[in-house]
Amino acid sequence: MHEHDVLVIGGGGAGLRAAIAAQEEGADVAIVTKLHPVRSHTGAAEGGINAAIREGDSWDLHAYDTMKGSDYLGDAPAIETLAQDSPEETIQLEHWGMPFSREDDGTVSQRPFGGLSFPRTTYAGAETGHHLLHTMYEQVVKRGIQVYDEWYVSELAVTDEDDPSERTCHGVVGYDIKTGQVEGFKARNGVILATGGLGQVYDHTTNAVANTGDGAAMAYRAGVPLEDMEFIQFHPTTLPSTGVLISEGVRGEGGILYNAEGERFMFEYGYANNDGELASRDVVSRAELTEINEGRGVEDEYVYLDMRHLGEERITDRLENILHLARDFEGVDGLEEPMPVKPGQHYAMGGIETNEHGQTCIDGLYAAGECACVSVHGSNRLGGNALPELIVFGARAGRHAAGTDLGEPEIATGRDEEFEREDGLDTPVDPGAVGGASDAVADGGERTDGSRSSSDARSDGGTAVASADDVVQRAVENQRTRIDRLLNEDSGVQQAELREKLQKSMTQNVNVFRNEEGLKTALEDIREVRERYEDVYVDDPSRTFNTDLIHTIEMQNLLDLAEAITLGALARDEFRGAHWRQEHQERKDDEWLKHTMLAWNDGSPELYYKPVILEGEEDTYEPKVRSY
Amino acid sequence: MSTQIQEESEEATETETETAPVERESPGDRRREAKRTASDQRVASEPVGEIEGDTFRLKVFRYDPEVEGKMEPRFDDFTVPREKGMTVLDALIYARDHYDTTLTFRHSCRQAVCGSDAFFINGRQRLGCQTQISDLDGPVRVEPLPHQDVVKDLVVDMEHFYDQMHAVEPFFQGDTPDGDLEEQRQSRENREKIKMSTRCIWCGACMSSCNIAAGDNEYLGPAAINKAYRFAMDDREEDELKEHRMKILDQEHGVWRCQTQFSCTNVCPKDIPLTEHIQELKREAVKQNLKFW
Repeated sequence: MHEHDVLVIGGGGAGLRAAIAAQEEGADVAIVTKLHPVRSHTGAAEGGINAAIREGDSWDLHAYDTMKGSDYLGDAPAIETLAQDSPEETIQLEHWGMPFSREDDGTVSQRPFGGLSFPRTTYAGAETGHHLLHTMYEQVVKRGIQVYDEWYVSELAVTDEDDPSERTCHGVVGYDIKTGQVEGFKARNGVILATGGLGQVYDHTTNAVANTGDGAAMAYRAGVPLEDMEFIQFHPTTLPSTGVLISEGVRGEGGILYNAEGERFMFEYGYANNDGELASRDVVSRAELTEINEGRGVEDEYVYLDMRHLGEERITDRLENILHLARDFEGVDGLEEPMPVKPGQHYAMGGIETNEHGQTCIDGLYAAGECACVSVHGSNRLGGNALPELIVFGARAGRHAAGTDLGEPEIATGRDEEFEREDGLDTPVDPGAVGGASDAVADGGERTDGSRSSSDARSDGGTAVASADDVVQRAVENQRTRIDRLLNEDSGVQQAELREKLQKSMTQNVNVFRNEEGLKTALEDIREVRERYEDVYVDDPSRTFNTDLIHTIEMQNLLDLAEAITLGALARDEFRGAHWRQEHQERKDDEWLKHTMLAWNDGSPELYYKPVILEGEEDTYEPKVRSY
Repeated sequence: MSTQIQEESEEATETETETAPVERESPGDRRREAKRTASDQRVASEPVGEIEGDTFRLKVFRYDPEVEGKMEPRFDDFTVPREKGMTVLDALIYARDHYDTTLTFRHSCRQAVCGSDAFFINGRQRLGCQTQISDLDGPVRVEPLPHQDVVKDLVVDMEHFYDQMHAVEPFFQGDTPDGDLEEQRQSRENREKIKMSTRCIWCGACMSSCNIAAGDNEYLGPAAINKAYRFAMDDREEDELKEHRMKILDQEHGVWRCQTQFSCTNVCPKDIPLTEHIQELKREAVKQNLKFW
C-alpha cells in the first residue's frame, strides 16, 4: 500500500496547483493520474485567465460580471474568492515562467472576452492552457513531487456511516494501466479530486476522450451530493466535424459571426444588441442554433466565424494556434475564408459540492476544478473563468488538505434537514442502481458474493471503527474482484456500443434546447443502457495496458453523470443560463434561486435544493434581467 | 521488445485475428461472428491498398507480452470506410470499436495538443490525430515509435523520454513574487524568441526520428535540448542561471552530439525549429567557453 499525506487525483491544472500548494505547506504529496500530467485536457484551453490586475479594473467588477454571467446561481463567497485570488495566482504563474503574450512595455497582455466589463482575460497566444499546464508541471518536477502516471483511480476508500456527512475518506484504489496491478493508496490527510470534465457524456464535445467525469461519479457514489448538474455549457464555436474548440479569443479580437445569408445575425435578429458576438456563451449558442433551425444555417448544420478582416499580422500574433486548428481539423485557411462553427459540449458548470476550501461533506475528501462545484459559475460560466478556477481553488484545496487554517467557510456542504426536498418529479423509469438501493457505499455495483462489502467494516463488532488501512484494503479487494470479473467474463455486451447509444441520446435530448419529452426519452435510454451494462465484459484478457478495461469502467461513470444531468434538467422547470426549457421560457427567481442537489443515497438518487448565497462581502447581488 | 528487431520479419508474421469455435450463441458470440465476417471481408478486399474509393486498408502493428497469439509481433489488416476529413486516429478508433476492442493506442485530446498519439505512420513519425488519410499513399501502415520499447500494440514506454526531459532542469528558477502583484517584464521580442520552443507537446516524435539518440542512450535528445533552450533564452532568468544551463548542455551527451541531420525538425508536429535551436545553443556554448579562457 502506498501512503502519503495528501493524494491528488488528476494531473491537470487544478491537480498540479493543488499538489504544489500542499507541498509548499510541507505535506508529502503525490499525484495519481490516468494520463501523464502534460497530456491533461487543461492543455487544450485556449482563451485565457480572467484576473483584475490593471488600473481601472477591480475584483468586485470581476465578481459582478461573474455573478451576472451565472444568471444569479453562483454563490457570492465562491465568486468573490475567485475574483480576489485570481490576480495573485495569475502573477504567480508569470513568476513560474509562463510565457504570457506581452504589451510593448513588457507587461502581460489582456483582451476582451464575452460578458466582461473590462478586458481582463490574460493570455498566452491562443494556447493559454497549454502554457499553464506545462508551467505548473515544470514546478512539480522542480519540487520532486511524486507522480503515479497512468494509474487509474477506480474507487474512493470511504467509511460507510449512514449519514454521508459522518463518513471519512482514507484513500483511493489505483489500477496501474501498464501492469494491471490493483493497489491501495492511503492518504493521511486528504484526497483531492481534480479529475476534470465529463464531456464524453456527449458525442459532439470539445473535451478529450479521457474526460469521463471519473472523480465526480466516484464522489457521488461515495455519498457526496452533485450540484447543479443540468447546467452544461455548449461552446458556440467548435469545428463541426470534430468538436475541436475555436477560442472565444477570435471574437474577443473582433471576429464576426455570419449566417448562410451573410447576415451578422447576433445584431440583425436582436440576440444581443449591445455585445453582439461577445455576448455570453449560452446566448450565442442559442442564437446559432436558432439560425440553423430556421433555415439560415450553412448546410443546415453550422454558421461562419470570420476573422479575415483582422489581418494576417494580428491573427498570427494573437491567434496563430487557431489557424493550425482550422487547417488541420477542418481543412480551412482562416486567413482566406470564414471558419465553419457550431455549438458543442464544452464544460460542466455543476459537479461535486464543495465549499470555498475545496472540502466536500466527507471528511478528508476534497475536489477542485471542473469536477467540483463551489459554485462559481452557477448556470453559465464566462469565458476565461475556468483557468482561474483551477489555480485559485486548486491552491486552496491543496493548502487546506495540508493542514493550513483558511478560516471558517461561508458555504455549507452536506444535507441540512431544512432543505426542500423534491418529491414530485415524474420520471418514466426509476433512476439509480439497477436493482434499487443497496447498502453498498462503495463503487460500481459490482460486488459479488465472494467479496467483502465495505459495510462489513461497520458490522464488525458493532461500534468498532474500521481502521484507515482496513477501509483502503477493503476497497482494494472490491476493485480486484470487479476487475477480475470484467476480464474473466467472455461474453456479454461491450462498452463501445453502450457508450455510442448514451452519447447519441444525450446529444439528441439533453442539448442546448430541451423539452420534457426529450428529457424523459433520455432517462429511458439511460435506464436501458444501465441495464445492459450489467452484462458488460472486456474482450481483451491482458493485464498490460488494457484500455478496453479502462473504457469499460469509465462507462459506469458516464452513466451516473448522464442521469444526474438529465434528472436536474427535468426538475428545473425554468430557463436560466445554459438551461433552456421549451415549456418554461422565463427565469423564475421566486421559485428557483436554489441549487439542484442530487444525492446517490446508496443507489436510489434523491433530489433536494439548497438556497443560493447572494450576500457578498459588501453588498447583496440583486438578480437583474440579464441582457448583453 | 523493440520495433527494431521486428521490422525484418514483419511480412512473414502477418496473420488474421484468431477466431475460436463457439458452442452457444450469446451476444458476445454474435459480435465475434460479426467480427469474423468483417475479417473475412477484409481478406477478400482488394489486394493493393487503394486509398481512393470507399474503403482503405489499415495495417497496424500488434504485440502483447502476455496474450497468446500476440507475443510474436505481427501486423493486422483492417478495412476501414473512408470518410471526408478522416484522420489516422479516427481510423484506429474505427478499427478498435468495430473490429477488435483489444487494439491499443494512446490518445486523448484529438487536437494535437496532448501529444499522446505519435506513431510511425507510413515510415514517418506523425501524430495520428493530425494526419489526414487523404494525405497518405495507401495502404496506411501504423507502427509504434521506433527506438522505443513497445509496451503493447502502438503503446511505447515513454520513461526514457521523460527522464531526458527532466534531466535539463526544465523549470523556471527566477524569483517568486513578494506579494506586491508585479509581473516581471519581458519584451515582445524575447517572448517571440522563445515562443516556438514553448510549443513542445512532449510527443517524442523528434527523439524517435533521431539516429544519434538511437545510438546513444544518454544523448539528451532534441526535445530536452529544446526545453533547455526555452529557459536559457528567456531573459527573465538571470545570467548566472543561463551559465548553469549551458553547462548541462555543453557536455559529452549534450548539444555536441547533434549532427544536424534535421530529422527532428522534419517530423515535429508543432513545427519547432529544433535543429536551429540546437545549433544556436552550440554557438552559445562556444561563447561561454571563450569567456572563461
